[in-house]
Amino acid sequence: MERAAPRRRNSLFKNISAKIAAIPMAFTALVVFLGGTIWTVVYSFTNSKLLPRLNFVGFDQYTRLWSTPRWLVSVENLAIYGVLSLIFSLVIGFILAVAMDQKIRFENTFRTIFLYPFALSFIVTGLVWQWLLNPDLGVQHIVRSLGYTSFTFDPLYNADIVIYGVLIAGLWQGTGLIMVLMLAGLRGIDEEIWRAARVDGIPTWKTYVFIIIPMMRPVFVTTLVLIGSGIIKVYDLIVAQTGGGPGGASEVPAKYVYDLMFYSQNLGQGFAASTMMLVSVIVIVVPWAYFEFSGRKAR
Amino acid sequence: MTAISSTNTNLGTSTGAEPRGAKPKKAFSRRNIIIYGTLVVAAVYYILPLYVMIVTSLKGMPEIRLGNIFAPPVQITFEPWVKAWSQACTGLNCDGLSRGFWNSVIITVPSVIISIAVASLNGYMLANWRFKGADLFFTILIVGAFIPYQVMLYPMVIILRDLGVYGTLQGLIIVHTVFGMPILTLLFRNYFTALPEELFKAARVDGAGFWNIYFRIMLPISLPIFVVAMIIQITGIWNDFLFGVVFTKPDTYPMTVQLNNIVNSVQGVKEYNVNMAATLITGLVPLIVYFVSGKLFVRGIAAGAVKG
Repeated sequence: MERAAPRRRNSLFKNISAKIAAIPMAFTALVVFLGGTIWTVVYSFTNSKLLPRLNFVGFDQYTRLWSTPRWLVSVENLAIYGVLSLIFSLVIGFILAVAMDQKIRFENTFRTIFLYPFALSFIVTGLVWQWLLNPDLGVQHIVRSLGYTSFTFDPLYNADIVIYGVLIAGLWQGTGLIMVLMLAGLRGIDEEIWRAARVDGIPTWKTYVFIIIPMMRPVFVTTLVLIGSGIIKVYDLIVAQTGGGPGGASEVPAKYVYDLMFYSQNLGQGFAASTMMLVSVIVIVVPWAYFEFSGRKAR
Repeated sequence: MTAISSTNTNLGTSTGAEPRGAKPKKAFSRRNIIIYGTLVVAAVYYILPLYVMIVTSLKGMPEIRLGNIFAPPVQITFEPWVKAWSQACTGLNCDGLSRGFWNSVIITVPSVIISIAVASLNGYMLANWRFKGADLFFTILIVGAFIPYQVMLYPMVIILRDLGVYGTLQGLIIVHTVFGMPILTLLFRNYFTALPEELFKAARVDGAGFWNIYFRIMLPISLPIFVVAMIIQITGIWNDFLFGVVFTKPDTYPMTVQLNNIVNSVQGVKEYNVNMAATLITGLVPLIVYFVSGKLFVRGIAAGAVKG
């Protein structure tokens, strides 16, 4: 008896400072991340309007969500933006990284130039490109003043192509980061591989496509996940660059969630929409985590 | 810029006529032209927006209306900068962007300090003082980094309201600490784990405890990683928009929110020069951090991005 008590006290009070220091982390992990997520998912099955209420209505909010044109446009935009953003980020990032890896001069200058937009906020990015793509001010105006009066380039005022205008801005902000990651990947490849390929007389482009890129799979996967989880969060860029316009043609899910929760006071819809965002992240991240996990086990 | 690219293409055709297989020793080999051509074209795309903003912010409105946004200013004026800083209007308030700037300073400084303090303790604890359950918290934290903020936004509102700090500076500091935690904890944990264990063990043998080791040993030898964390946090918090909109009131809006309100307000004539000056002022802090920190910035984002 006498021995058991102190031992138990010991295990509880062992590292007591460390446990106290861990309180913020425990709070964040359990209350905000885990608790908050479960809370939102649960309340997405209620008909909460102005205030969250536990009045369950089954999948009503989801049925309504998927029959709301604005949400459908948002999802479509995100899909287009997402796929193109992935492809272009990877391609441009890789090409720039390869060019940077040729023992060029002014490497630091180029890197500084490619990466500085990444330091800027999406608000600044969105505003700059709003001006550059403004037909009365930016690129269209300039080209027309050179004499090509029928030249038209006004993506932000054309509902059909507005999302490509956003893409130009998004790529401007983010490809520098991808380039840096790819460059780190390229530098991590053993010189011997290059020497061997040269000895075998394999052309440079073939070495890249068939040897280097497959070897850089982990880098590609990481950047893929990085871009992917960033795309789903796209919000500020739209707010600053187009405000969702013209006529709601550039809406995205994150903006839908925000507007329904904090403007339209339709919490249930907001929760359902944010849960759909969560689901899409799971669809991206879980296969990746599985890849990583199984890869580690095989090693 | 067009002049450069056209000379490049000229040289390209002339060297193309020469026999193949020439060693790329020459400055204008075809290989070099392709590489530098690509880089220069890309550099123009990246630099142009910044150039346009700087140039336009130094012009008067009549010059902007008549001219071309790529042309350098004929008459340099700093009036747009002054106006953006002290007179630009958001709604009925016309005290300029300075209010948002100071709000952002007031938000960023304590948020950076507290979030880094908390995260470095987490990392230290996870590296050296692990207890049962600690790894579970950490796993949830890392998984949580992928959850879209929108999912946790409203629960966070409720938590802050229950704590009585919704809409206040303290509330926003908590938000930044919470959502900055995954990446920073990971950063510190990896750094502290890589330190030689003997260091920690020797201190333990000498009788130093949790806090003593942290302040006397870990903190002094890990200053570089603290700088990296500061870079991540200063730029991240300064650039934040979503949390600013959701968790503050109009009086305490951070700079990004105020900037967006100034520029995208519908009333009045658009004063592009003032707007671009305002945008530049907002981007100045992270840009300075970026240019001053150089390689450390790259290290910061790489640390944040690569090793998940």
